[in-house]
Amino acid sequence: MKPITTITNTTIPIMKENIDTDQLIPKQFLKNILKTGYGKDLFYDWRYLPGGKANPDFELNKPERKGASILITGDNFGCGSSREHAVWALKDFGIEVVIAGSYSDIFYMNSTKNGLLAIALPADERKILAEISANEKITVNLPDQVVQCRDKSFHFEIDPLWKHKFVNGLDDIAITFGYEKQIEDYEAHMPSFN
Amino acid sequence: MSQTMFDKIWNTHVIAGEPGNPQLMYVDLQLLHEVTSPQAFEGLRENNRKVRRPDRNFATMDHNVPTVDIFNIKDAISRKQIDTLGKNAKEFGVRLAGMGSEDQGIVHVIGPQLGLTQPGMIIVCGDSHTATHGAFGSIAFGIGTSEVEHVLATQTIWQTKPKTMGIHVHGKLPRGVFSKDIIMGIIAREGVAFGTGYAVEFYGDTIRNMSMEERMTICNMSIEGGAKMGSIQPDQVTYDYISGRKYAPKQMDKAIEYWKQFSTDDEAAFDRVIDFDVSSLAPFVSWGTNPGMSVPIDKAFPEIKNNDDEKAYEYIGLKPGETAEEIPIRFAFFGSCTNGRLSDLKVAASALKGRHIAEGVTALVVPGSREIKNKAEELGLDKIFKDAGCEWREPGCSACLGMNPDRVPVGVHCASTSNRNFEGRQGAGARTHLASPAMVAAAAIHGHFIDIRKEAI
Ligand code: SF4
Repeated sequence: MKPITTITNTTIPIMKENIDTDQLIPKQFLKNILKTGYGKDLFYDWRYLPGGKANPDFELNKPERKGASILITGDNFGCGSSREHAVWALKDFGIEVVIAGSYSDIFYMNSTKNGLLAIALPADERKILAEISANEKITVNLPDQVVQCRDKSFHFEIDPLWKHKFVNGLDDIAITFGYEKQIEDYEAHMPSFN
Repeated sequence: MSQTMFDKIWNTHVIAGEPGNPQLMYVDLQLLHEVTSPQAFEGLRENNRKVRRPDRNFATMDHNVPTVDIFNIKDAISRKQIDTLGKNAKEFGVRLAGMGSEDQGIVHVIGPQLGLTQPGMIIVCGDSHTATHGAFGSIAFGIGTSEVEHVLATQTIWQTKPKTMGIHVHGKLPRGVFSKDIIMGIIAREGVAFGTGYAVEFYGDTIRNMSMEERMTICNMSIEGGAKMGSIQPDQVTYDYISGRKYAPKQMDKAIEYWKQFSTDDEAAFDRVIDFDVSSLAPFVSWGTNPGMSVPIDKAFPEIKNNDDEKAYEYIGLKPGETAEEIPIRFAFFGSCTNGRLSDLKVAASALKGRHIAEGVTALVVPGSREIKNKAEELGLDKIFKDAGCEWREPGCSACLGMNPDRVPVGVHCASTSNRNFEGRQGAGARTHLASPAMVAAAAIHGHFIDIRKEAI
């Protein structure tokens, strides 16, 4: 995974609470064999009008939001089914950071496994972030655990374990590779009946 | 301090970490199927990684397999998933029981059948019914796709130790009542979430007297009660079942000696204990849209207590106060990893022998594996089913879930030996009624459920 330290980019505000994984990616798009390619179906039901045309009023579709990689959103983000596709879709679309009020446990765990930085900030701070203009950039500084917007900086919490993973670009497998010696020892002592 | 079987197996697998935190656990066996593995292999490829222990992974195809002509997969995505698993297994050196192979079948049927599933193991699979393998005295549970990839790459998994629950099952099963009724009865009484956060162990004289196939049916549905893992202590029945199978240990005596350590010291070792007396248990039938929504055949459907009940009744097209004898059954499904084994087919065949299914009923008989299909045919069961008006199919998951062409039509009530009756599980709008193979056979014959304890089928 790519290490994440400081990300400076524009934002996409979707200020709804309880956005569930079915809204992030409806179940008809799960039958696939890849982790990639789900970006076009992200927020499908809101993003496209009946007939398949892009809904011009939806934030993700606005030309001025193009290239933005920081999603600002509501509480309890990613609730519902456990599908990892929700995270894959966000990543594939180009989202690097989500800033919500809170997350469902499974979504959060899936985000840590896939290098999507999910940050929780209180409502008043998110309100400020959501109201900045489309071409204005904010900075997420993971080592210092702050989000900087204009002259303000908002502190966020993150478990040291996840921070270590993100900053060093480690995925779970890379971390476990660090235990190679112990795994080999274990294998050497396993009973065998063959 | 006294320990459970679960504690003992767990402790023999810890590589790193402390209890209470995620611990790095060794995985003895990973089973793979075509639906939840493609992204895991893709992840390995992207990162230039190998499968650490191809010899500890085994793949098969089941969910998407058509059961009329297995080589004629019409759905493009189904075909792609199946082809992809074939390619991945080859590229990464993983053993595969592919389409048409003698070893092919539902992943939870072939693991035990091939002797891959053994006591004292940690077994994982990207599928929630992995709990089935716990019947052999192992820790077996379903995992997500990232975890599948992690196990492929490292043969380990990070897990936080769950609490333990003992379910004491005792008493003699009445005639016409089966292990399926026990697990349905437990879930009906305790609810679909009673096992959340627990590793469950079933024990007691009823369990001791069961065959491995009956034990698997019970462990299989642990997940329907919220428990990720359900297990049963290994004993002579277990050893006899494994002995002589393709991948059974060559030195069985030595293996048995080792396996014998995996037993629960005493009940006090469990965090929670439940008691379940089966001596007056009745056959169960599900009326609603989760496995907890079921009743004994001689009881009426319950009153509406909440929103869920209301929605369930609406979907299923039944009313409180009605009974299972009134459900108009137009479809019967014999199969799945719960009840698609040879003993299940024998029970169903003996009920159907010399009889015919009711007019307007479609009945599919889908063996859980090719080996079961072959054995059933040697015994002439296929003929009994066909004479009774049933369709005799190729092995696979079939109508257990609406992923292959076998689906229950919209609004049709299906008596099913499978494990899940969720909305749309057997096809959009399908109405599933879970029951034992004997009950499903009776329902197919009569066009509705009957109390098989009282009436000759
Ligand atoms: S038979 Fe049904 S429950 Fe079992 S693995 Fe197949 S789809 Fe899942």
